[in-house]
Amino acid sequence: MDATLMQEWLASFHILSIDAIIIYILKGTLFTVIISAIAVILGIIFGSVLALVRNYCNEPKYRIFKYMAVTYIEVFRNTPLLLWIFICVVFCPVPSLFAHKLFGLTSVETKLLFKASIALILFTSSVIAEIIRGGLNSIPQGQFEAGHSQGFNIVQSMIYIILPQAIKNVVPTLLSQIITTIKDSSYLANVATVELMSRVRQILSSANMYNGLGNINVSDVFVLYGCAAAIYFIINFSLSLLVRHLNKNKVRKYVVSKA
Amino acid sequence: MGNLFSLDAWMMVWHYKDTFILGFLTTVQVSLISLLISLTLGLIFGLMATSNKLSLQAIARVYVEFIQNTPLLLQICFLYYALSFSGNGIGILASGIISIGLYHGAYMAEVIRAGIQSIHKGQFEAAQSQGFDYFGTMYYIILPQSIKIILPPMVNQVVNLVKNTSCLYIIGGTDLISLTYNFVTGASTGGAYGPAYLVCGLLFFVFCYPLSKLASNWENNLKKRDRMSSTAK
Repeated sequence: MDATLMQEWLASFHILSIDAIIIYILKGTLFTVIISAIAVILGIIFGSVLALVRNYCNEPKYRIFKYMAVTYIEVFRNTPLLLWIFICVVFCPVPSLFAHKLFGLTSVETKLLFKASIALILFTSSVIAEIIRGGLNSIPQGQFEAGHSQGFNIVQSMIYIILPQAIKNVVPTLLSQIITTIKDSSYLANVATVELMSRVRQILSSANMYNGLGNINVSDVFVLYGCAAAIYFIINFSLSLLVRHLNKNKVRKYVVSKA
Repeated sequence: MGNLFSLDAWMMVWHYKDTFILGFLTTVQVSLISLLISLTLGLIFGLMATSNKLSLQAIARVYVEFIQNTPLLLQICFLYYALSFSGNGIGILASGIISIGLYHGAYMAEVIRAGIQSIHKGQFEAAQSQGFDYFGTMYYIILPQSIKIILPPMVNQVVNLVKNTSCLYIIGGTDLISLTYNFVTGASTGGAYGPAYLVCGLLFFVFCYPLSKLASNWENNLKKRDRMSSTAK
């Protein structure tokens, strides 16, 4: 009994010693990181626009834009990401730029990756919009008036005065949003895209071929998912240490400036 | 948007409305049970993280860090496949409920920890000087004061929990989103993408929006009160 168990575990670890599989998993990790980074960067851009529109389009002429931003944010915040992935997979158009072979993927895979990433970007922007709005609300009214008195118009004072301060205030929150986005990107596994989680699932589903035993054992589940969990943990934990470091600095700065 | 305005597709959705109702009820059921699990775990680990014993703090820390830094999807898959490949399968719903409960337990623990730590240290000392034991202090003095700080982020976590029930799809659950997907891709029912996704999204929205509105209103009121009390000083 013990001997077969031992053999199963050795066979499972053998999967991880195959070069092709290691490269496959690492490429998946790379895709996870890149997709999340793109989602957060584009999310900050869209999110800033949404937050600014939601907060400052109060004139009756432009109020329609405010309501549109509010609707967008609330709809995306209160429905699951998976729904948006499904919707984008069916309805999202793919520009011809992404409709052929790219990054060593087949054209079907690139299309799917593009559609699912769009869903992630749309979803992340709504969350980041709320984060940035929190930052905007913390900027005192005097800053607007100061900008106005120096001859900045509303758009200029937004871009040069308000937004930089607001984003600086919420940098730790934005960084922890990257952690959330990396975790959320695992939802893309539901439509079998190319990131870490779905690749690990694919390997598990054919683990019987790789471990040389002809069937899938519990040890395969432990080894493969353990490997994926370790990768996610290393990335996210180092980010969260960074967040904690920044927060500590911020508190210190606050204390110093008060003294 | 294809068939969003086609009457046939809407009739199809109406004809199979039981699918959506069943899915919605499953989602509600999963949310409620895993909410109970997560609240229990959150309270236990939150109290452990604020206790004086280093070993208890370390256990709570490890639990929170490990759960918060790996995706829920991975945890669900891990639990489900590990149990079923070792021959002790407990079913899709049960594994889903347990892992969602475990996942959000970590977030609840952080929320409760932050709430307890926001209470001034003098309160603990005062309670001790009046002869309260640990649980008495927590129950009668600390938790009632921290509840207003705890509640808004906790309700936000509930919204996330409801949204995260969609994870059940990956192990073949019967929650709202999986049933919707099966409905739109099914051989005899397929095709009505627009209406079906709209209904599914609407059901989630109806469930989550009041909760998140409640949380943000609470939070704004708290902030307003804080600002007023700080200017009064």
